[in-house]
Amino acid sequence: MRFFKSVFFLLALPVVLIALWWLSAIVNPSFFVPTPGELITTFFTTWFGERFTDDVLPSLGRLALGIIGSVVVGIVLGLLIGSFRTLRQLLEPLLEFFRAIPPPVLLPLLMIIIGVNWRMQVFVIIFGSLWPVLLNTVEGVRATDEVQRDTARSYGLGRAARLRYLILPAAAPQILAGIRQCLSIALILMVISELWYTSSGLGFTIVKFQRDFAIPEMWSGILVLGLIGLLLAVLFRYIERYLLRWYHGLREVQRES
Amino acid sequence: MSEVRRLRRTSSSSRGPVLGAVGVIGFLGIWELVSRLGLVDSRFVPPASEVLVQFGMYVVDKAFWRDVGSTMLSWSLGLAISVIAATVLGFLIGSSRIMERLTHSTIEFLRPVPSVALIPLAVLLFGTQIQAGLLLIVYAAFWQVLLQVIYGAKDVDPVADSTARSYGLSRFQRIRYVTWPTALPYLMTGIRLAAAVALILAITAELIIGTDGLGKQIAETREGGAITSMYALILATGLIGVAINLVVRFVERRTLAWHTSVRTEAAG
Amino acid sequence: MSLENPTPVLLVDGLRKIYPAPTPQAEAVEAIRNLTFSIPQGQLVCIVGPSGAGKTTLLKCIAGLLPPTSGTLELEGKPITGPPRTMAVVFQEYGRSLYPWMSVQANVELPLKTAGMGKAERRQRTAEALDAVGLGDAGDKYPWQLSGGMQQRVAIARAVAYRPQILLMDEPFAAVDAQTRADLEDLVRKIWKELGVTVLFVTHDIDESVYLGQRVIVLSNRPTVVQDDVAIDLLDERDQLTTRSDPRFVELRHHIYGEIQRAKGNTGDAEQAKTA
Repeated sequence: MRFFKSVFFLLALPVVLIALWWLSAIVNPSFFVPTPGELITTFFTTWFGERFTDDVLPSLGRLALGIIGSVVVGIVLGLLIGSFRTLRQLLEPLLEFFRAIPPPVLLPLLMIIIGVNWRMQVFVIIFGSLWPVLLNTVEGVRATDEVQRDTARSYGLGRAARLRYLILPAAAPQILAGIRQCLSIALILMVISELWYTSSGLGFTIVKFQRDFAIPEMWSGILVLGLIGLLLAVLFRYIERYLLRWYHGLREVQRES
Repeated sequence: MSEVRRLRRTSSSSRGPVLGAVGVIGFLGIWELVSRLGLVDSRFVPPASEVLVQFGMYVVDKAFWRDVGSTMLSWSLGLAISVIAATVLGFLIGSSRIMERLTHSTIEFLRPVPSVALIPLAVLLFGTQIQAGLLLIVYAAFWQVLLQVIYGAKDVDPVADSTARSYGLSRFQRIRYVTWPTALPYLMTGIRLAAAVALILAITAELIIGTDGLGKQIAETREGGAITSMYALILATGLIGVAINLVVRFVERRTLAWHTSVRTEAAG
Repeated sequence: MSLENPTPVLLVDGLRKIYPAPTPQAEAVEAIRNLTFSIPQGQLVCIVGPSGAGKTTLLKCIAGLLPPTSGTLELEGKPITGPPRTMAVVFQEYGRSLYPWMSVQANVELPLKTAGMGKAERRQRTAEALDAVGLGDAGDKYPWQLSGGMQQRVAIARAVAYRPQILLMDEPFAAVDAQTRADLEDLVRKIWKELGVTVLFVTHDIDESVYLGQRVIVLSNRPTVVQDDVAIDLLDERDQLTTRSDPRFVELRHHIYGEIQRAKGNTGDAEQAKTA
């Protein structure tokens, strides 16, 4: 019974929305919006074929590289900056400034400096999406519990041991929250980095559809991006749940008391 | 006793801003040197002083402020629309278990869709008019606020709510006196996040679609190859972003000054 | 101090600790004015005092976590400049001292692991320590799955597995319910006897200090000095029922209670004036 209830709640609203969409497409066909049926067929014909290997995979590859890069750089720098108070105070206004720059704005600049190639695209993704990771890591390191720190010190844990067994695990919930934000920004930057002077990629293809007024194809492209976003979110949730089992358990106990 | 007084030293709280200023000046100094000494190609990285001069010229230029105004217009409009819509919807959804369960899957599916995916749609529908940018801004900012408001409405203490009910408060009164204060900190967090996102999308839309504003100016400097101007404009957007952050944080602090509990950002 | 063992395990001489003013407008705080005492090897010493008497400050200085402003602190003849290797600390806030991302077993063996001990030996010591505190089968659980009393046992097990020369305990049972506290007190005495370790036990509970200690040091109010140093001449075999109703126990308890009352209104200034 519970299973059916879950399925109901999962599908009820989407089904209603799709039905409304379908109805309005029949009653009032619009140039701008394809019917659900059209969309599904176009989706499969457009993206599963050459385009998959020529456009989708390379884009995803750059996205993956960018995410890995920003997570690594963000955590490493965050650990450094968070551990040394003077360093943090020196860099704080600069970090606030850099994080406030809308990342897409750097694209024209980087295009001129580095030129248009996959390295620039990955660099843009990294530079734009590392801020949540970096700032959250700094916060997480700063917030290390004093009693836990005293415990580590009194039992003679060296700097490396403290990092591995205390600081990183303690900051993990905060760091992962930062990574979550990083994922959305990275996806956005991946698309934007493909809008100019490129001749392949997901973003390029979708915009080309729009320019050629290939409307159902354009919508299918939007669907693809949505699915990628969804996939990233789901993957992240699984990884987070695994890494933070202890944290969820702890919070539950705290909530009950 | 005097020995005790002698041990008072400068507190660390006054060192912070000083160190920060040192950091900024140091950064500018290094930038200037690196460019002037030719360590990087000065075609691509003009000296800090030249950029600052160019920035100064912009500051006294009316056209610059017109662009800033356009950006701020779409930013504030988009932010206002999304905040109102998300607050209303968020309260509705958050205060009813059934509504929440019904909408959960739809929200989780639509939320990760990157706003840039809608660029082709926006261009198709509105060309380079302001509505194109608004579509993107509202879409992105909406989710930030919605999620926070839902968390806030859900977080209402059931004991407080039953107490209110037993005192005969109507639904509207309960929302005003119980739900609203609980959700307010979350709402402020959502507005803070949305404000930043809205700025990013406003400028991105101008950059890519070509609606009026700073972003469009930046795109034009690229086409003209005016690198120093580009740097100056990027500096401007960064400063605007910092200013917005400061203003929002100030408003947040003032609105929540009475709120004793410290709420951490609901991990979205 | 006996002739066979002239060097005390812990020597505190003229310890002074002043906290600098946090902001230019505030005053510096002299937490400890002058503490002088020594502890021979294997003694169980309790330290009591009114709230704000600097008990935790003293403990942190001895633990090497806080540098003193002046004075001498020596462990086994060597000055304490940082957390000493042969010392283990059990903190009051067990919930914040155990690491929630590790299992009980991992928590207990962490100090051994980072000290480079081999896996087999670590496992054995950990198992023995957990058995000694009565948590032999809780190794795979996580700290937050256990009750407060059990968590504090894990913290004690961690100290036991470490095999320190001297064990510091900072009001470890203050946040635990009365029944559990009684069990934990007996556990401390049992471990003390079995391991022959020197124990420095800070508490605000007078009964506890008399029940546990061979010696009770009473601290004055801030700025703190030693107000009294009482030898507890009760039997070595103690239990919660008979010892606590022993007339000598009641006497000692009264004496210390009176000292504490005096200490509440007594600061280092007054005490110094008396001896001057």
